[in-house]
Amino acid sequence: MDKVKVKTQKRKSKHESTSISENSEKTLTKNTEPLSTSLNSNGSFLSSQNEYDIDTSDEEDLRNTIGNVPLKWYDDYDHIGYNLDGEKIAKPADAKRSDELDQFLDKMENPDYWRTVRDSQTGGKVVLSDEDIEIIKRLTTSKYANKDVEEFDTSSFFTQDEMKMPLSGRPEHKRSFIPSNWERLQVGKYVHAIKMGWIKPQIKKEEEDDQPKFYDIWGKDDNDQRKHLHHLPAPKCPLPDNYESYNPPPEYLFDDEEKEKWQNQEPEDRRINFMPKKFPSLRLVPGYEHFIKERFERCLDMYLAPRQRKMRVQVDPQDLLPKLPKPRDLQPFPTTLSITFKGHKSTITSISVHPTGQWLLSSSNDKTVKCWEVSTGRCINTWTFESKTVNCSWVPVQNLCLFSVAYDNIVMIVNPKCGDKVLSSNTDSKLADYSSLHEQNDNSAKGNESDDESEDKKKSETKKPPCTWKFFHDKKNDPNFKAGFRIQLTHQKPVKNVSWHPKGDYFATVLDDKNSNSAVIMHQLSKQKSVRPFAKMNGIVQQVVFHPFKPLLFVATQRYVKVYDLAKQLLVKKLLTNVKWVSSLDVHPGGDNLIIGSYDNRLSWFDLDLSTKPYKTLKHHKKAIRAVAYHKKYPLFASCSDDGTAIVSHGMVYDDLMQNALIVPLKILRGHEITKSIGVTCCKFHPTQPWLFTSGADKTIRLYSN
Amino acid sequence: MKKKFESGAATAFIPRNQAIKKLQLTIADFRRLCILKGVFPVEPKNKKKVNKGKSGNRTYYYAKDINYLANEPIINKFRDFKVYVKRLKRAKGRRDIKALGRLRSNKPTYKIDHIVKERYPTFTDAVRDLDDCLSLIFLFAVLPKSKRVYVEKVHLAKRLSLEFMHYLISSKSLRKCFISIKGYYFQAEIKGQKVTWIMPHKLAYQCPDDVDFRIMSTFVEFYSIMLGFVNYKSYQDIGLIYPPKLSITHDPSKLKEENVDLNDFNDEYLASLNCDFIKINESQDESQGDEFPLADEENQEMLEKAKLEEENLNKLKVLFKGLKFFLNREVPREPFVLAIRSFSGEVSWDKTTALGATYPEDDSSITHHIIDRPLVGKTHLNRVYIQPQWVFDCINENMILPVDDYLPGAVLPPHLSPFVDVTDHGYIPPEKQKLIKMKLGITEEEPEKNEAKEEEKKIEKKTENKKNAQKSEEKKLVKKEETKLVKKKAKKGSESDEESEEDSEEEEINDMKVDLDTPDEDESEEEEEEPVEELEDTKKDKNKKPIIAVVKAQPKVENVNMMLKKQADEEKKLTEMMIPKKNKRLYDKIMKSKKKKNQEVEKLKEKRKIYDESVKNTKQKKVK
Repeated sequence: MDKVKVKTQKRKSKHESTSISENSEKTLTKNTEPLSTSLNSNGSFLSSQNEYDIDTSDEEDLRNTIGNVPLKWYDDYDHIGYNLDGEKIAKPADAKRSDELDQFLDKMENPDYWRTVRDSQTGGKVVLSDEDIEIIKRLTTSKYANKDVEEFDTSSFFTQDEMKMPLSGRPEHKRSFIPSNWERLQVGKYVHAIKMGWIKPQIKKEEEDDQPKFYDIWGKDDNDQRKHLHHLPAPKCPLPDNYESYNPPPEYLFDDEEKEKWQNQEPEDRRINFMPKKFPSLRLVPGYEHFIKERFERCLDMYLAPRQRKMRVQVDPQDLLPKLPKPRDLQPFPTTLSITFKGHKSTITSISVHPTGQWLLSSSNDKTVKCWEVSTGRCINTWTFESKTVNCSWVPVQNLCLFSVAYDNIVMIVNPKCGDKVLSSNTDSKLADYSSLHEQNDNSAKGNESDDESEDKKKSETKKPPCTWKFFHDKKNDPNFKAGFRIQLTHQKPVKNVSWHPKGDYFATVLDDKNSNSAVIMHQLSKQKSVRPFAKMNGIVQQVVFHPFKPLLFVATQRYVKVYDLAKQLLVKKLLTNVKWVSSLDVHPGGDNLIIGSYDNRLSWFDLDLSTKPYKTLKHHKKAIRAVAYHKKYPLFASCSDDGTAIVSHGMVYDDLMQNALIVPLKILRGHEITKSIGVTCCKFHPTQPWLFTSGADKTIRLYSN
Repeated sequence: MKKKFESGAATAFIPRNQAIKKLQLTIADFRRLCILKGVFPVEPKNKKKVNKGKSGNRTYYYAKDINYLANEPIINKFRDFKVYVKRLKRAKGRRDIKALGRLRSNKPTYKIDHIVKERYPTFTDAVRDLDDCLSLIFLFAVLPKSKRVYVEKVHLAKRLSLEFMHYLISSKSLRKCFISIKGYYFQAEIKGQKVTWIMPHKLAYQCPDDVDFRIMSTFVEFYSIMLGFVNYKSYQDIGLIYPPKLSITHDPSKLKEENVDLNDFNDEYLASLNCDFIKINESQDESQGDEFPLADEENQEMLEKAKLEEENLNKLKVLFKGLKFFLNREVPREPFVLAIRSFSGEVSWDKTTALGATYPEDDSSITHHIIDRPLVGKTHLNRVYIQPQWVFDCINENMILPVDDYLPGAVLPPHLSPFVDVTDHGYIPPEKQKLIKMKLGITEEEPEKNEAKEEEKKIEKKTENKKNAQKSEEKKLVKKEETKLVKKKAKKGSESDEESEEDSEEEEINDMKVDLDTPDEDESEEEEEEPVEELEDTKKDKNKKPIIAVVKAQPKVENVNMMLKKQADEEKKLTEMMIPKKNKRLYDKIMKSKKKKNQEVEKLKEKRKIYDESVKNTKQKKVK
C-alpha cells in the first residue's frame, strides 16, 4: 500500500503544487465571497500562472468529485471519489491525519508551519504565500483586501467652484432667523442657578497640601466648659512591670510548669498576655508580634466597651473587724486539754456531769455506761446493757444518787453507789418506798381494771399506758439490783433522749416516733406515773428541756422551738429558728435566753424577751453542730461539731433589759479525731469550774480546763 | 398617675440600635462618629429598669450623648460623602471623564478641629488623654505602606511623633524609660500629668488579618489632629516655632559646610532628633517661685518632701550633662537619642548611617560609646564602651551607675521596670535592693561572700536546731510513759514546718536567738496545750518501742515570738468569726487579694532561691 501511495504522490506532485495553491485561493475566496471578483479582475493574484492554461472545466471537477459532502466520510479510505474513468482519486499525501507527535515535530522543524493550512476539499495541506498572508492581515484589520484599491475616496463630491444658480431654490426657513426659545429657557435656568448659588463658577484651587493646619485652639478663651457630667475617661493601660522587661530578673521567667499553664490557658484568662523572655543583649530583641493586635484591642475597648464608674473601697481590713473584748480579759474559760478519759470501745453518745462535779457519766455505742472520777480520770464503774446506750444523765439534785440510762425503748434508773454511802443508801430506801407505793397503786389499778374490764377493753387497746414501770427489789437477790439497777421504764418506741427537771422529780423522755403526739412522755418519780403531755404536736421532736425554775418546757422540733407552760398547759411561744434542722438546745440558767445548734452549721441565740427570731446566728463551725451547752455559773457556752472542734464562747447576759447579750468567741478547742465523719458528739460544762467535757466518736472524753 | 418607664433611668439611656435609628446613620458611620466624638457605651446601674422591665443584653448609650451627636455637623459631611461616592461611581460607569474631574475636585472634606476643642476644653485635658494617642501614633509611624494603611497617614504620624519627641528633648520632660519585649516605654511629665506610651521596636511589622484597620485609622485620624494641636501648644509654651524650623537650615555657613540642600533634607534632619530649633525669644528662663514659709508642721514636712522631689528632678534633668555619647550602628537611634538628649547628654553616630551626626567616631571628647555587640577592632582608650541598657538604667535610677556590669560582652544585670512602686509592691528583686542601698550610701563589701557565709551559717543552725528538736521529742516520749500529766518538751520539732512556711529564714534565726536567751519564759502559757500532741504521739509510737526508763529532762525551749504570734493569730481568727455578714464578703475579698499577692511574692522568692543555688552550684563546679 505504501509503495503505491508514494508512486501516486510522485505522479501527482507536479500537478499538485499548482492545484493546491489554486485550491487554497479558492477556499479563501469562498470565505470572502464579495472580494473574489475584484481579486480575479485585478489579476495580481496568482499572476505567475495563466488561468487559461488549463481551460477544461473538468480539471476542476477532478479535484473533488464527491460533491458537497463532509470529508470525514472518507477518513477510512485512501481515496476521495472517482474520476471519469472510474479510477479512484487518491488522497493527497499529506492529507492523512497526523498524530500529536508528528504535528509537534512538524511545528519544530518546518519553518512554514505557521502558514500551513488544511484544504477542506481535499484534506491536503496548503502553504500560504506572502500575498495570501498580506490579504489575511488586511482583512483582519478590517481593511480592503486589495491593497491597491483606494479605501477612502478623497475626491470632492461638491465642486469647489461657486455656481451661479442654487441647486434648490427653496427659501430659507424662518426659524433660522429667530433665536431659539428652548435655548433661551435653558440659559435662563443657568442664570437663575448661578444667581441662586447652585452653580458655582469653578475656581482653580491653589495647590492645596492635604496636611492639616494646626493652630492654638486652647488659646485665649480657655473657658472650662464640660460637655456633661457623665463623662468617664477610659481607664489607662496598666503600666509594665518586671515581667515585661527584655532582660528580667531570673525569677520572673516562667518555669516549665508555668509555661505549660500559660499555654493551656485561654488568652482571656491569662494573667499576662505574653511570655516573659530574657535576651542577652538589646540587638537580639525581636519585634513583638502581637503589637498591632494589642493596640487594636485597646482601640476596640475604647469605643465598644461599656463604661461604668466603680467606687473603689479604700477600707483597712482591720476596721471591718468588730470591736470585741479580748479573750484574755474574759477569763476564765477552758483553754487546754488536761485529761483524756479512755476506755470506751465505740462512739460515745452522751456524757453527764454529776451536780457536785465529782463524777462523770458516759454512754456509748458499745452498750456500756461508764462512771469516771473527774479528778483522776479513772473509770469507777461500768454497766453493760442489752443494746447501744443512747443517753445517760445524772438526776440533777445532790440528795439523790441516781442516774438514768436510755437504750432501745428502755429507760433505766440506776444507783451507781459511788461517793457518799449514806446518800446512796438513803436513795435506795427512798426508791424502796416508791416501789411499795407503786405496787399498791398497781394492785388497785388492776382491781379497777378487772371491775370494768369489759368497758375499757377497747380503750386500753387503743390507748395503752405510755410506759410501764418495773422496780427491782433487794429481797430477791436480784443481780440487776446488785448492779445498781433500780427502776426500768419500758416505752413503746425507742428512746432518743432523757432530760430531767432541775428538781429531780420529773423527767421527760423523747421517743423516736413518727407519730409526734406521743413523742414526748413525762414521768414523775415520786408518783411513778407517766403521761403524754401533748395531744398534738407538729414536727419531729429533737429535744426537750425544762426551764430552770419556771414550769416551762422547751420543745425543739425540726424547725421551731416551742415553749409550753406546763401549769397552764398552754403554748407560750413559738421560736422561729431559720435553720434547716435543729440538733440540740440548751437554756441559759437565767431562763431568758437559749441557744440551739443545728445540723446546718449554725448556732442561734434567742433572747426570749426580745423576739421570736434569733438575736444572733453564728456560723462558726464548718460542719453540723451536735450539741450545745451553757455553763451554770460562768457566762460561757459551748458548741461542738462534726468538724472535730468545740468552740467556747463568752455569752454574757445582763440584768439590764436595755442591754443585749454580749457574745464573744473565746477558744476553739481541738483534739478529737473525726471518725466516720463524726467529730465531737457531746459537750457539757463542769457545774462549778470553767471546765468543758467533750466526748467524741474517737472513743474518748476530753476535759478542757482553764 | 405616674407611668412606669417614662422618666429616670429608662429615659436616661438609649440602646444602640435606637440610637442608630435616631441618627439615621449606618452602623459603620455611627462607629466612626462615636470614635471621633469620644462617645462610648455605658453600663447602667440597673439594667432591668433601663430595659423597661425586660431582660436581655443590650448596649446602652447616654441619651444625652446621642442628642449631642445628633447636632454634630460632621454627620452632614458623612451624608455628603455618601452622595459623592454614588455620583463618582455613576460617572465612572458612564466614563464621563469631565464629570469625574469635576466631582473629584469637589470632594467633600471635613475638619475635626472643633471636636478636639469640644472633647478637650483645656490643654491639660488633652495631655491627660495622651497615652493612647501617642501609643497609636508611634505605631502608625513605623507601619509599612499597604492597601489598608494610607501612606499619608503614616507620614503624618511619623512627623507628629518626631515633633513630639523634639518637644520632649527641648523641654526636658521625659522622666522614665523602659525597654520591654513589646517596645520602649517612655513616661514624660507634661503640665503635671504623667504621660506614658510605648514605642514599638523598629522592625518589620506584619499587619495581622484579624485587625480592622478602618477602626484604627479612624482613631489615628482623630489622634493625629489632636497631637498636632498638642504639639503646637506645647511648642508655643516653651517658645518654639511650630511647625518647627531647624536652626541649621537658617544658618548658611553650616549649610555650605554640610554641602547638602537642606530643604530636601529637612525631614531627615527632623528625624535625626539631633538638631536645635529656632526659638522665638531666647531668654525665657523659668523664674523660680518664691518660697512661702508655712507655719504648719505637716505642711512643712510636705514642703520639704516637695523640695526633695524637685531637687531630684533637677538632678535628673542634667543627668548626662557633659557626657558625650556615640551610638554604634546597631543601636536603635530614635529611642536612645531621645533618652540621652532629654537628660542633657550629647549624642552622635556614624555619618554614613544617617544625617544629623554632630561629631565623628574618633572624636577624643567622647566619653561613652554605646555598643551592642562584642567589642572587636580598634578601640579608643579614653572612652567607656558600654551596652545600651546602661543609659536606661541610669535614667531610672537617677544616677550615673558604675559601668563595670555593662561592658560589652558582659552578662547584663536585669533591667527592672521603673513603673513598679517599690514601696507598695511586695517583692523587690535583690538587684533592686542593692541599688536602693547604693543610693542610700551603704556600701557592701564583698556582698556575695558575706551572703554565702550567712547562708551556710543559717543552714548549720537549722540542722542543729532540728536535731535538738528531735532529741527532745524522743525524750519527751519517754517521760510520757511515766506519768500522764508531765508537760515538758520542746515544741520546736512540730512547729518547724509551719514556721518555715510562715516566716522567712532570717526571722527564724532571730527567733531562735531569742529562745536561747530566754528559754523558759513562757512555759506556763504553753504547757496546757501539750498533752494533746503528746498523747497522739504516744499512741503512734507505742507499738514501736515501749521504753520504760528515766531519761534526764531537757529544758524546754520556748519560742516567745512564736507564742505571741500564735496567740495573736488565734485571737484574730476568733474576731474574724464575729464579722457581721455584710462586711464579711468585703473582708474576705480583701484578705483573699492580700493572700494572693503574698503567694506571688513567695513564689518569686522561692524561684530566686532556686536560681541562686543553681548558680552557686555551677560556680563551684567550675572551681573544681
